[in-house]
Formats: sequence, C-alpha cells, structure tokens
Amino acid sequence: MMSSSDLDFSPLGIGESAQQLSRPSLSYWQDAWLRLKANRRALFSLVLVIALLLFTLVGPWLWRADPAVQDLDQISQPPGVDRSALIVEPYQPWSVGEVAGSGLRLAEPATTQAVRLVWEALPDAHGHRVYRNLFPVGPERAYGIPRAEFFDNSTLSFEDRLDIKPGTYYYTLVALNADGSLSEQTAALTVNAQRVTTLAEAVERGLIASQADAQVGDAIELTLHPLGTDYLGRDMLARLMAGARVSLFIGIGAPLCFVLFGVLFGSVAGFVGGKVDSVMMRFADFVVALPFLLFMILFKIAFGIGPGESGVLPMLVALVLLMWPATARLVRGQILQIREQGYISASQLLGAKTHYLILRHMLPNTLGVVLVTLTFAIPSAIFTEAFLSFIGMGVAPPTPSWGSMSNEGIKTMLTTPHELIFPAVLISITVLAFNLLGDGLRDALDARMRNRE
Amino acid sequence: MWSFILKRLVQGVITVWFIATATFFAMHNVPGDPLLNDRAMTPAIRANVEAKYGLDKPLGEQYVIYLSNLVRGDFGISFTQENREVNDIIREHFPVSATLGILAVLFAAAGGVLWGALTALYRNRLPDYLIMFFVILGISVPSFVVAAVSQLGLVGVNSSLGITLLPVAGWGTLSHMLLPALVLGLGTMAYLTRLMRSSMLEVIGSDYVRTAKAKGLPAARIFSRHQLRNAILPVITVLGPSIAAITTGGFVVELVFAIPGLGRYFVQAVQQLDYTVIMGTTVFYGAFLVFMVIVVDVLYGFIDPRVRMK
Repeated sequence: MMSSSDLDFSPLGIGESAQQLSRPSLSYWQDAWLRLKANRRALFSLVLVIALLLFTLVGPWLWRADPAVQDLDQISQPPGVDRSALIVEPYQPWSVGEVAGSGLRLAEPATTQAVRLVWEALPDAHGHRVYRNLFPVGPERAYGIPRAEFFDNSTLSFEDRLDIKPGTYYYTLVALNADGSLSEQTAALTVNAQRVTTLAEAVERGLIASQADAQVGDAIELTLHPLGTDYLGRDMLARLMAGARVSLFIGIGAPLCFVLFGVLFGSVAGFVGGKVDSVMMRFADFVVALPFLLFMILFKIAFGIGPGESGVLPMLVALVLLMWPATARLVRGQILQIREQGYISASQLLGAKTHYLILRHMLPNTLGVVLVTLTFAIPSAIFTEAFLSFIGMGVAPPTPSWGSMSNEGIKTMLTTPHELIFPAVLISITVLAFNLLGDGLRDALDARMRNRE
Repeated sequence: MWSFILKRLVQGVITVWFIATATFFAMHNVPGDPLLNDRAMTPAIRANVEAKYGLDKPLGEQYVIYLSNLVRGDFGISFTQENREVNDIIREHFPVSATLGILAVLFAAAGGVLWGALTALYRNRLPDYLIMFFVILGISVPSFVVAAVSQLGLVGVNSSLGITLLPVAGWGTLSHMLLPALVLGLGTMAYLTRLMRSSMLEVIGSDYVRTAKAKGLPAARIFSRHQLRNAILPVITVLGPSIAAITTGGFVVELVFAIPGLGRYFVQAVQQLDYTVIMGTTVFYGAFLVFMVIVVDVLYGFIDPRVRMK
C-alpha cells in the first residue's frame, strides 16, 4: 500500500471524468471470444469445423458427380491410378492356335477383356487346375480362387473373363493326379492386365461423343474420380460429401434437438421445484439408466424403416429420446443455483414477471454451459451414428453415411484400403475437431469448469 | 451403510423393471410380424403357432406373463431357432463377452491410471505431450477403425515374422483375447487417462502433498501413499459407466474379430428380428449394467464415506 499523498485527493478539474476505465468494458461474449482466440488449439479446431461444413455444403456444388452413379470400368479404384484405356475391337471368341514359347504363357497380351492362357501338359499330369490370386503365392501355397479344371490333357488352354480389373494377377497351374487330387507339379505366371474398352462402350459411357471421334488403337481417359471409387464403382468424393450431409445432419441435428428439449425440461423442473421437480428428475434418472446402445438399436427397429426410406429420421428421434436427460440435469442444476442469486431477487423486487425472469436472466446465464454441452454432444452423436451404421443398424444402404461407408470398406480392407480409410479419417477428424472446440469453448465460457492447469 | 446398499438395490430393481417394460412395449411396436418371416401358413396353423407363443392373448396379459416369467428368470424361447431357450443362448455366449470385457476393463483401468499419473508427473514435458497425443487419437478414432487397423497390422506382423505371433481372429486361448481386449479397452483407457491426469494435477498441488514433501518423505512414497491413492478416487466412480461402455462396445470388436460373444449374437438377433432373443438380451444386459453400477457405487461408499452421506 502506498501512503496517501495530497495528490490522491486533489480536486477534479471541470470536464474531467471521475472514473477512468483501465481497460474497455467487455460483454460476456466478447470476453469469451477473446479467450477462444487466444487458444490456438480451439482456433485450429474452429477452422476444421468450418472446413468440414464447407466440404458438406459447398462441396457438392464444386464436384458435381452423382454419388449414386456406378462407373463399371472403375470398380474399387484407388485414387491416383492410371485412367487411360486402350480402344480395341469388340470381344471375339477365341480359337486356340499355335503359340510360340513353352510352359504356362499368354496367348496374347492380357487385357481386362480376357486373359488367354496356354500351356503344355505338366509331367505326369492327368489333368490341370488353374488358379488365380491377387497376391504372390507363398510357401503356404494359397493359390487363390480355382478358375478352371480339366480332367484330361486334351485341353491345354484357358480363357479367363471373370471380373478382370487392370492390375497384376498371379496364375498358378497345378497338375492333377489320376484320382483328381492336386499333385506337387505346378507352373506359375504373373499377368499384368491392361485396361481396354471398345468404341461402342466408350460412346455408351459418354467418354467420346461418337464412334467417329476415336479409332481402335487410340488411348482415351476414363472419368476422373479424385478419391477413387468404391466396390460398386461409385465416386468416393461425391459419396463422402453426400455421406457428410447425413452424418453431420444426424450429428448436429440430434444434439440441437435434445439440448433444446433438455433446456426446456431442466429449466421447468428447476424453476417450478418441489414435487414436480422430483418427479421430473426421477423420470430423467430412469432414462439415463437405460443401456444406451441397446436402446438405440431397439428404438431404431421399433420405429422401423420402410422400403425406400433412409432411416435418418428414426435414428435422429432415437438419439433425442435417449440423450436429453444429461442436458436437463445440467440446466436444472444451473437454474437452481441462479435462482438463489442476488440479481434475481433484485429483479423480482423491481416487479419482474416469471417469464421475464426466465427468459431474461436465467436462460442467458445457462447459455454458456449449454453451448459447451452441445459441442461435446456432437462428436458423441456422430460416433453413435457411425457405430450403428457400421454394425448395420444405422442408415439403410443406398444412402451413404460415413459409418455405412466404413462398414462397406472394411470388407475389402486388404485389397483396397482407401474405401475404409477415407470415411474413417473423416469421422476421426470431425470428432477430433468438435472435441477440441468443446474444450476451448469450455475454457472460454465456463469459468468454473476451466482446466485448472 | 446397509440402508445405503438397500436403497441402491431397490432403485436398481425399479430401473430393471423400467428397462423390461420399455423393451416389451418397444418390441411390440416393431412393424412386421415375427411369424411372417419364413413360411406362409394357413390361418389354422397360424392360430396354433400364436397360441404356442402366447401371442393370441391381449397385450396386457402378455405383459403380465412376460413380467412373471422374468421374475422367475425365464426369458422364453427363440423365434428363429426352434425350441432353443434364450437362457441357453445367454449361458453359452455371455461368459465369452464377460471374459473379454473383464480383460478390457483391466487393460483400461491399469493403463488409464498409469498413463494419467505419468502425464501429470511429467506435465508439459515430452512424455505428457506424447501420451496426450495418443489419448486424443483414442478418443477421436472410432473403435471399428482401431479394430480393423490393428487386425491389419497384426496380419502384417505375422506374415513378416513368418509365425503367428497372435491369432488375427477367433476365440479360445488367452492369445486370442489379448488384441481384442486391448482394442475394446482403448477408448475407455483414453478417457480414464484424461480423468486421472486432471485429478492427479489437483492432488499434486494440494497442501498434504506439500506437507509430505516438507517432512522429507521419499518421492516414491509420496507418489504411492499420498498422490495415487487420492487421485484414483474419481477414476473409480466412472468405472461403472465404463464397464457399460465396454460391454456394449463389444458388439463391434466381437464382429470384427469373429468372437462368439453375446454382443455379436444380439446384432444377429436384431437382423433376424428374433423378438424373444432381443428382449431377453436387452433385459439381461440392462440388469447386468445396473448391477455393475450399484456394485461400483457401494465400493465407492466403502472407500469414500462422504458418498454415503448424500
């Protein structure tokens, strides 16, 4: 403490202000915004959230591919592979002729139209079986899928036309014993299939305007899919955007609804108090006790999904039905606290009516807490949607959502991991962004919950 | 103490009744017909089948029968697997889920407490940042992705070593359980780590820890006697709900790792609309979870007497 001097008590000059503010007066929200801005992690997550919203809302305008259209030339295509296709003559049945060379070999260059193999009979063979695999055959001799079987040596050629995609295939020819069992005699061949198309196909797919625009031997570019395609040949980027709309609609819509309901329920219970309060809160306690995921699934089937429906709405309703009590409890606690505050009594003394008290004093003072709850509810709703769609209880199949896309992607995880990685990464980023934003908002808005670090 | 336990038990029974009732009426609201699924039947056969399952009685009576059966611990007979009792199904598949769940809870609790304490001790230094980075990953990445990626990783490790270090899927031995249990416990472990960290930070700054230091106690003793003991209390409270999260989280892990647990069976039953199995498993799971929460509450009451007073 400084000792007071004469200066401290000098009279004010005319026009001088009696008080001086050391810093500008800030409203609650201005103050919160300043704190949020100072938090680098929160700001980063805010940018992420805005980017995700842009991806969902503006994305489909920029990338206009239809998420439901199948591109049958490019099925399960990873992003960034060669899209050029050679135009060839339409498919002609194969008449096996003389082929130079020996052993298991190609009769003509392998294409996605057909892989034509010829071979000489293996030693002591009583027939042959042809296998195809996507991976090199190791010592465990997993040959892949059997493609053909010949029980004598009269046929020494095989034409494979089953679902050939551009890429590498590992063929194995295994000699058969007299009883039809596999012998130790094998021959292997690695085949690189080249993507080909015909003029008629190219026109049909809209790659060229008419058959006169290109000729056999030309190479043309297939449709661009920046993030590749899924197992039905649908554009991943377009599907991710459409899926984002579903996932974020549930992820943001459901929390908005149940937080609103929770605020209503909690503020009524907290304000009315007494018997009504205890009955209302007992009811909320029971809903909290319900095993969440089991009842999500139960409600989902109880509401039912008709043919042609996406199942988005039942999931939203089920989420709202099960998740409101947490907010209601929180708001009730807040209201109970605020009710005892001095400014409420002061306002009452000045003649404020009940609805004015609630709308003007109580709800605005709970808003910070509610906003934080909302931000934390969003990732958990997104998680729930993804989880349910993943086990096949969520959004019905043709409608894409990140969860159902992951579910489809996990089946081909070994061969085409991009179908799982993209939706999974998007779910993770979204959940991360909202979690960090929630942390930041809590630090900025709610003085009591602030991290005591 | 006894009145506290009694009160929680009564609350628990009412909650289970609420769950059973909600399940019953939700299932009766399900569109479709459990008997329409496979064969077409003549009205006479249909009436017989309905009488066999008691579906011809009014809803109120069905509800009373259902409740009285529940009280006797009888969940009924499966609709899709003829003459198989739901009790049998639970008896066969629940131990698998429970084993997996217990292992996962152990992983989660041990890991959460250990990592949380470490982050608090090394606050704002490299170990803290490293562990918290993984914690954020654990909270943000969905369990099915973790399951799939770890399975993929295991395939890679197995094939590069040329031996089966751990089986990729299936059930039977302890080596089958390790990876699924770890994956199952991961989300909870991340959550517990966060909780333990903030609770530990609070304890580190407390007066009694300063006193202990001033007395000249060795750091290890302060850590085990003063810090860990007090910091662990809030972690125990959330163990109850965590067990719930882990048990239901088992659906995905059981699906991905092909484990014959009750969760996978429940998902199957839902897909086939096997009404009695769905109702039975839901009520069973619900009762189990409610019971677990009560057990944890009572345990907590023993450890921290303040809880009983409330």
